[in-house]
Amino acid sequence: MALLEVNDIHTYYGNIHALKGLSFEVDAGEIIALIGSNGAGKTTTLRTISGLMAPREGSVSYDGEEISRTRADLLVSKGISMVPEGRGVFAKLTVEENLDMGAYVRQDSDVKEDLKSAFSLFPRLEERKKQFAGTLSGGEQQMLAIARALMSKPRLLLLDEPSMGLAPVLVDGVFDTVQRIANDGVTILLVEQNAHMALQIADRGYVLQSGEVAISDTAANLQQNETVQKTYLGID
Amino acid sequence: MDLLRSQASRTVLALGLLSGAFILFTGAVGMIAAFHDREVVDRFISLGQLLLLMAPFVTSYYVAGRLDEHGGAPPRILAAGLVVGLLTALPSVVLLLFNSDEFRFLLFLVLRLAPFVAASAIAWQRHQAGAEIQAVLGIWLLVAVLVGIVTFSFALIFEIKGDLRSVLVNIDRDWVDVITFDNRKDLPLGIATFGLASIGAGFAGSVLYLMPAVPRRALIYGLGITTLVGAFGETARLILQENVDSDTLREIFRRDTLRQNAALALFIISTAAGFLWAMYGSKVRENIGNIDSSSRRRLNFIGLVIFVAFMLLLPWLIGRTLSDVAVTIGIFVLMGLGLNIAIGLAGLLDLGYLTNYAVGAYILAVLTSIGPLGLFKGTFTFWMVIPLALLAAMFAGFIFAVPVLRMRGDYLAIATLGFGEIIGKLAISDWLKPLIGGAQGVQAIPKPIFFGAELKNPEQLYYIVLVASLVCLFVSIRLNNSRTGRQWMAIREDEDVATAMGIDTARAKLLAFTLSAATGGVAGAIFAAKVGTVFPNSFTVFISINVLSLIIVGGIASNPGIVVGAIVLIGMPELLREFSEFRFLLYGALLILMMIKRPQGLIPSKIVTHEHQSGVKAKLAAE
Repeated sequence: MALLEVNDIHTYYGNIHALKGLSFEVDAGEIIALIGSNGAGKTTTLRTISGLMAPREGSVSYDGEEISRTRADLLVSKGISMVPEGRGVFAKLTVEENLDMGAYVRQDSDVKEDLKSAFSLFPRLEERKKQFAGTLSGGEQQMLAIARALMSKPRLLLLDEPSMGLAPVLVDGVFDTVQRIANDGVTILLVEQNAHMALQIADRGYVLQSGEVAISDTAANLQQNETVQKTYLGID
Repeated sequence: MDLLRSQASRTVLALGLLSGAFILFTGAVGMIAAFHDREVVDRFISLGQLLLLMAPFVTSYYVAGRLDEHGGAPPRILAAGLVVGLLTALPSVVLLLFNSDEFRFLLFLVLRLAPFVAASAIAWQRHQAGAEIQAVLGIWLLVAVLVGIVTFSFALIFEIKGDLRSVLVNIDRDWVDVITFDNRKDLPLGIATFGLASIGAGFAGSVLYLMPAVPRRALIYGLGITTLVGAFGETARLILQENVDSDTLREIFRRDTLRQNAALALFIISTAAGFLWAMYGSKVRENIGNIDSSSRRRLNFIGLVIFVAFMLLLPWLIGRTLSDVAVTIGIFVLMGLGLNIAIGLAGLLDLGYLTNYAVGAYILAVLTSIGPLGLFKGTFTFWMVIPLALLAAMFAGFIFAVPVLRMRGDYLAIATLGFGEIIGKLAISDWLKPLIGGAQGVQAIPKPIFFGAELKNPEQLYYIVLVASLVCLFVSIRLNNSRTGRQWMAIREDEDVATAMGIDTARAKLLAFTLSAATGGVAGAIFAAKVGTVFPNSFTVFISINVLSLIIVGGIASNPGIVVGAIVLIGMPELLREFSEFRFLLYGALLILMMIKRPQGLIPSKIVTHEHQSGVKAKLAAE
């Protein structure tokens, strides 16, 4: 059974029909990439899964449980964690406080341990742990957002455009990190415009087009797919 | 011509004329004449005259700083001081001439020529820009007619009425008296006196700037303290009255005015103290910085003891009138701390805070009143009702929060503003009249009784406010460092991301509104007991606005800032009472100045300081 099953969801912004019967699934331990152009519905999909928006029709099941009507804050304790688009760090809290906020839902007392492992994953953050998050560079803020999402010990990590606005060198670093997190056993659903990078680390991928799945295949096959190459990879 | 075009000359010209415009304006609104009635130093200088001299003095000090930055040599700075003084006097002197019978013809000349000059100037500009000759002539005619209608009608009015007072109602004999330093009969002498005084003050400003640092700072302390004590003579006298016998008091003050000898002594003492501080202050601070941690703790403890003792003794130090002001300040501190939970911590812009205040006041009034509207006629005492007022306000806060939970920012502000209005209308409505008395309100609210003693004076009520504020301050500090406080901070920063962290934002916001309301209820109840009557006029939207302003002026999310903000914004208008309606002008000017010069507040919180500084840094980087 898949960890996450999205079944024929329809999500609206007022009267705008954003997702038109979208279906896909994510198995435990996979890295899944959702790629597509602007307005294809990638972010809406993540917002629907994470509970920030509710679908008008269709179902989202996580670990066998229907969650499409569950409030976003409750999903965090169930193990779904999201790194929002544009990083969304708390600019006026310090790096350490940001990470503490990530562990907000946890009842256990191992938070200190996890803070250490977050710092070992991102040594840069340890150097700056007393700084306000707003003073970090774009790449550091992205690292902080990912580290913060990991603090809730998620089973499923939703990443919204982690490469957005970063220099190419930093993008490589971010994707390396995502790969490492996956190796630790966290399932990852990755939304990206940078299809080239996303497909390199993903197991499988879905190409979204105006709120529907246009193509679904393994990442390796997608990289070879002629349409994908032309439209998203810029290869003629 | 080149001299006029240089940056430095333009600074001098612009700021000098600005200071002149200030004098003209304060004169035209009647402030100078009104302030003349208040003597700062007995038979020496009045507040009105002080205002006349302060403008060139302060402006030329500031101008000197600007010139110095751009490498202006001392002789130029001194010259600039003279020019600033001259320019400050100029506009008022012109008005003085226009106002006199001998020179009124000048005014008519200006008024008659103005349309032609203005029209020609604008037409010439159009011509230079390459406009068609017909267009230029059209513009000339249009401007001449439009400006002419205005200036010719003014000229007509002046001609019929015979003086300027018909339009500028405050340009009267009193104003002339102040401006000419009591030489109304001999205009040239008056103008010369005024001009020389203004030039002298401007010169003094630049001399002060050029002095070495130590005597300069000493003089600033001396002048500042003497001026403050003189200007707030009534307040100073009230404070001294409590601690000094009446003979000594009479030596120092003639009614509310500082005597010349006393003023001189005060100036010498404060200058000497300022001198010592300027000499050794930095060394003292350095020594304190070097103290090891155990003695530092002892020092902090001693400081705390002194502070607590001061707060406890305050009513006996300042007397009844000022204690009354202190109680009012305390009530607003309570509300400020409460509203700060919503605005400062959780970022919820609540403009309906008056709701909680009104609920607290009316609950106390109805439950304890011994008048016709009292429900229990004295069965309930103040102390029993305070917790009820608190709970009732929390309940009101909760009920009003539910419908607005989904709103953010501006929308929330407007919705809460609506609730405040509803409460105001409910209080005055016929529907609730049988219960809370409509426009007449509830009367005969007994004072609190503490172990058999009636706390009827402001000196005694002060302690209730003090204890309530301290409790509230403690809770507020604890909340700030708690898990709940973190929740609010996250919501303030970004509601969506807070949700993504697993925070139940609806619950956290409800809690913020409810807790924030609690202190409003207590403040309202204390207010009702203090005044003894509660009626709808006390509960206007200005309560909400005042509380919001004191938070912003003091420093948002900063507890000490809120206390200072309340002292400045609530206490100052009370102390300025003798300046009658002009205090609102001063109050408004202060608000504007604060927001331009110190938007982060008087005592900003750590976070706001950071934000402000990074804004400045970003600006510097952009340059």
